[in-house]
Order: sequence, then structure tokens, then C-alpha cells
Amino acid sequence: MGIGIASGAYALSFGAIATTAGLSLIQTVSLSVLMFTGASQFALVGVLGAGGSVWAGAATAALLGSRNALYGLRLSTLLNARGWRRFVAAHFVIDETTAMAIAREDEREGRFAFWATGVAIFTLWNLGTLIGALATHALSNPKVLGLDAAPPAAFLALLAPRLRSREPIAIALAAGVVALLFLPFVPAGIPLLIVAALVALLGLRPVKR
Amino acid sequence: MIWAGLLVASAVCYLLKLAGVSLPQRWLQNPRLQQTVPLLPVALLAALVATQTFSSGHHLVLDVRAAALGVALVAVLLRAPFLVVVVAAAATAALLRLL
Repeated sequence: MGIGIASGAYALSFGAIATTAGLSLIQTVSLSVLMFTGASQFALVGVLGAGGSVWAGAATAALLGSRNALYGLRLSTLLNARGWRRFVAAHFVIDETTAMAIAREDEREGRFAFWATGVAIFTLWNLGTLIGALATHALSNPKVLGLDAAPPAAFLALLAPRLRSREPIAIALAAGVVALLFLPFVPAGIPLLIVAALVALLGLRPVKR
Repeated sequence: MIWAGLLVASAVCYLLKLAGVSLPQRWLQNPRLQQTVPLLPVALLAALVATQTFSSGHHLVLDVRAAALGVALVAVLLRAPFLVVVVAAAATAALLRLL
């Protein structure tokens, strides 16, 4: 339940940032219902808000969503969902539900944790998005409230838990520098795709054991 | 056009999740994939932080957003909740603009 409330609060800022980026109320809410994976949603509206094309934003969102495939892989045996249940379960495969499910020793408890967390977060995530978007629509000039400084802070807060060892810190710093180096010369949003391509090249190095 | 982008991105994100729970385990157990995919969010989020803080259009700039990011960093290091981090950064930018 606590994790549901936390993501509701986090959704408030998504609703506000998406609205500031120029999305309509229905577009903002649709993203939370249909995409339902926080980092991808923030990235899409972040790219749009910075003047990038929706396709650059969409590509970044998809690349960020790739980690959910690995989560699904870890969860598939545990969930053992068949038929229509699998299609619903898939939608709930995100950072939070994966963390809650694999933290349980017992398989049945893990399954329960997955579904309970999924339903709680889905509900509060969409409610939070709606409230955040409605509140921001009521404002005349979001920039006065410093909302243009909100997306980088949101990305930093999403990034921080992933920086637990030296390798990811080095990669984060390098990615930031590379993106800024390319930024003056390519369309908005493209530096992100260049960074993703470089990470893919990194994948060609010998496998660590 | 915006709608098309939103719907395609949502569909791709869903298919990635569905692939994880549906495809044969060995397809995704490739060690290179296991080693590289977790690095994508790290690199992309860091690139987003950098570009959204230090640029305006195609120009590199240093403005109140850098100070806001500094405040956000302190909040993150203090393990503040997500919303506190975001609000602290926005408030910093708003206050500095008032000065």
C-alpha cells in the first residue's frame, strides 16, 4: 500500500510535467493507462517538452522499456500466468512489482505481492496523473513555478537507485557528457538515441563472468 | 501526429513486457543481453538529466536549472521521497527567478 501511495505522489509530477510539455489531459492520462511504466513516460514527455519530436521521445521510451522484458523473464516462472491472465500480468511488469514479487521467499506470496502491488500502483498512478494534470491545467504559467526544472530532478531521482557501483556511475557520467557534446549538432532527442547506440556497442565487449 | 507517437510507444512498451513473460526463457537469457539491457536506463536517464538541465534548444546554457539540479542531488543523497526531490528543484528554480 505504501508503495502505491509513493507512486501516486510520483504520478502527480508526471501529470504536471506532461501538461507543461504540451500534452492534453486525455493524452496525459492515456499514457499512464496504456504505457504504465514511469521512466518511459517521463522520458517521452521530457523529450517533447525540450522541443524534440514525438518519435524521438517514443524511441527513447521504448528503449527505457526494454528492461521490463528482463523483469518479465525473471517473473514468468513465478507468475505462471496462462491465457488472458498473462496479458493482464504483462501490463503490470514494472520496477516496483518486480521488486516486491522477487523479495518474497514463498512463490505464492510472491505472486500475491505482484498482483497486489500491480493493482495498487495502477490505480494510484492513474489517479495521481489525473490530479497532477488537472492542477497544472489550472495554472496560467507553469514556468513561474519552476516546472521546467522538474524533469531533470525527476530523471535524477529515477537514476539514483541504479548507481550502486562504479560501472554504472562511470556510464552515467559518460552518457551525460556524450549527450551534451552531440546536442548542438543534431535534432532534439537524438543525443539520447546516440547514447543508446553506444551502450549497444558496449554490449559487444566480452561477457563478464 | 502526437497521438500516433504516444500509441506506438505505448504498444512497444507493452509488447516488451509481454515478450518477457511469454518468450522462451533461453531467448532472453543471452549473457550479452543480460549484461547490456540494465545499462540502458542508466545511460538514458543520465543523458536526459544532462540535456534537460544544460541546454536550451540547440545551445548549451548554464542557468537556474543547474542550481535546481544541485538541490535535487542533495535531496536524493538525503534519500528524500520522489515528490520532495521534484518539488525542491522546481521551488529552487522559481525562487531564483524571482530574485
